[in-house]
Amino acid sequence: MALLEAEHVKAYYLVREGYVKAVDGVSLSVERGVILGLAGESGCGKSTLMNALMMNIRPPLRLLSGSIILDNRRISDMQRDKIRKEVWGVLVSLVPQSALNALMPTKKIIDFVKDVFRHHSGLSEFDIASLAKKRFEELNLPTEALSLYPHELSGGMRQRVVIAISTLLNPKLLIVDEPTSALDVSTQKQVLKLLVELRRAKIIESMIFVTHDLAVLRQIADVIAIMYAGKIVEYSSTDNILFKPKHPYTYGLVNAVLTPEPEVRRREVTPIAGEPPNLLSPPSGCRFHPRCPFTIPICREVEPPLIDSEDGWKVACHLVTSERIR
Amino acid sequence: MDNVSFKVKEGEFISLVGESGSGKTTTSRMILRLLKPTSGSIKFQGRDIWSLKDIKDLRWYWKNVHGIFQDPFASYNPLYKVDRIIYQVFTLLGDVDADKSSLVKEALKEVGLKPEEVLGRYPHELSGGQRQRIMIARCYLLKPKLILADEPVSMIDASTRVGILKLFSNLRDNYGTSVIFITHDLGLAYYVSDRILVMYKGSIVEEGTPENIMENPRHPYTRRLREDVPLLYRRWSDF
Repeated sequence: MALLEAEHVKAYYLVREGYVKAVDGVSLSVERGVILGLAGESGCGKSTLMNALMMNIRPPLRLLSGSIILDNRRISDMQRDKIRKEVWGVLVSLVPQSALNALMPTKKIIDFVKDVFRHHSGLSEFDIASLAKKRFEELNLPTEALSLYPHELSGGMRQRVVIAISTLLNPKLLIVDEPTSALDVSTQKQVLKLLVELRRAKIIESMIFVTHDLAVLRQIADVIAIMYAGKIVEYSSTDNILFKPKHPYTYGLVNAVLTPEPEVRRREVTPIAGEPPNLLSPPSGCRFHPRCPFTIPICREVEPPLIDSEDGWKVACHLVTSERIR
Repeated sequence: MDNVSFKVKEGEFISLVGESGSGKTTTSRMILRLLKPTSGSIKFQGRDIWSLKDIKDLRWYWKNVHGIFQDPFASYNPLYKVDRIIYQVFTLLGDVDADKSSLVKEALKEVGLKPEEVLGRYPHELSGGQRQRIMIARCYLLKPKLILADEPVSMIDASTRVGILKLFSNLRDNYGTSVIFITHDLGLAYYVSDRILVMYKGSIVEEGTPENIMENPRHPYTRRLREDVPLLYRRWSDF
């Protein structure tokens, strides 16, 4: 069975004007041993989806419906206390987008470690400290960093330290949300190397890597899910998504990638017209239809379901589905 | 900045590529006359920009050298509608023959905006991409000789970036505008530039065409940059 099985997850923000449908019926599975890249632009709901998948749900966010099964446990039915004790850090860990700057500036790294794991699994402070030291050595991180303050570390080192600490108790699933967007390319590569090493060393089993950067996913992801306006619109292997995309949005996204390669320069790089929709009142039918150059009448009325187009390759598009039937 | 020298020809599109701390933003501030050099000179069309003293000379400079910055929100006064920032260019242009309102509408269309969708709006009502396009629309009105674009698309979504980049190349193609494009993103520089200047710790360490830089980098820093940039058609061998 997959490590993570999420079905029909709906997570909305309740605001004064109504519900912001940030995650609107998402089904996703993460197989064991896999790095899944979740790609989409800002505002598509990917960060909300990550919070929902690990049951980090606080008002104004609400989990309206859906089931989330992680390592054979239905965590969507658990109370927050139980989740805090038995799920977070142990089954799943999230390194959020703001992690670089979330460390308390007045505490040394080792104190941060002790704080995080104080409530966990009855380990003493001493045990936690030696666990941290050993893990740092294992990952080729300087143990001296543990006695430093966050500002004494470079951005890249801070990010690697946060990742190492988040995985101290060997969570099966690691979720990283834009872990390298603020870093220069060389530092980014170091962080990516660390993430891949975590899987190789079996410190984690699987990873969800959230980003808008498809070139990074080319380098580390096994499979990619594309998210648009609160929905997953395509899911397949990295090579399929990047070189043979089926969904018009995926195609547009891939086509807009600018890497310093002659193939890209030769390509007619075209932007996607328009803007992503307001999730308070998304468009009818397929949410992408106002920007899609291939709409057929049904696109404006009926939401396309995410279904198998080929073995395991899922697409939510009426045009793709109708072509397959034909 | 440490002994930085370079020339930009008319109609040339160059990029200054470097990471934070490389000196690229300091360079752009100096060219925009916002920061005075400790030593050395900056000449525009043969005139030392720090010798320009009276308002007529300064106006001439601002008309011909225009800056576009990273944060599409920061250039706007949030209390005014966006129309204000476009009409401001007429202060620099002086009297114009044609009807200002139709010139503004034309400029907005050139940058891919529908005038009725943006005029009359406040900055917060528009997206980052739209705000940035409006700033570029000013260039279509002003037609400056040189544009300094400092990370103009880094806060814009990846799928809309290339559309905005193309607006700069169009200005160069249609009006012979020179562009100094400042970025940390080698991919962007590669796509649009005639020449790339690589900056590291305050100096220019390498200069060449995009092909030179990627196929034949000579400086160790450029070599490392090339190795560490994630690509689409090639995978890292050491992964």
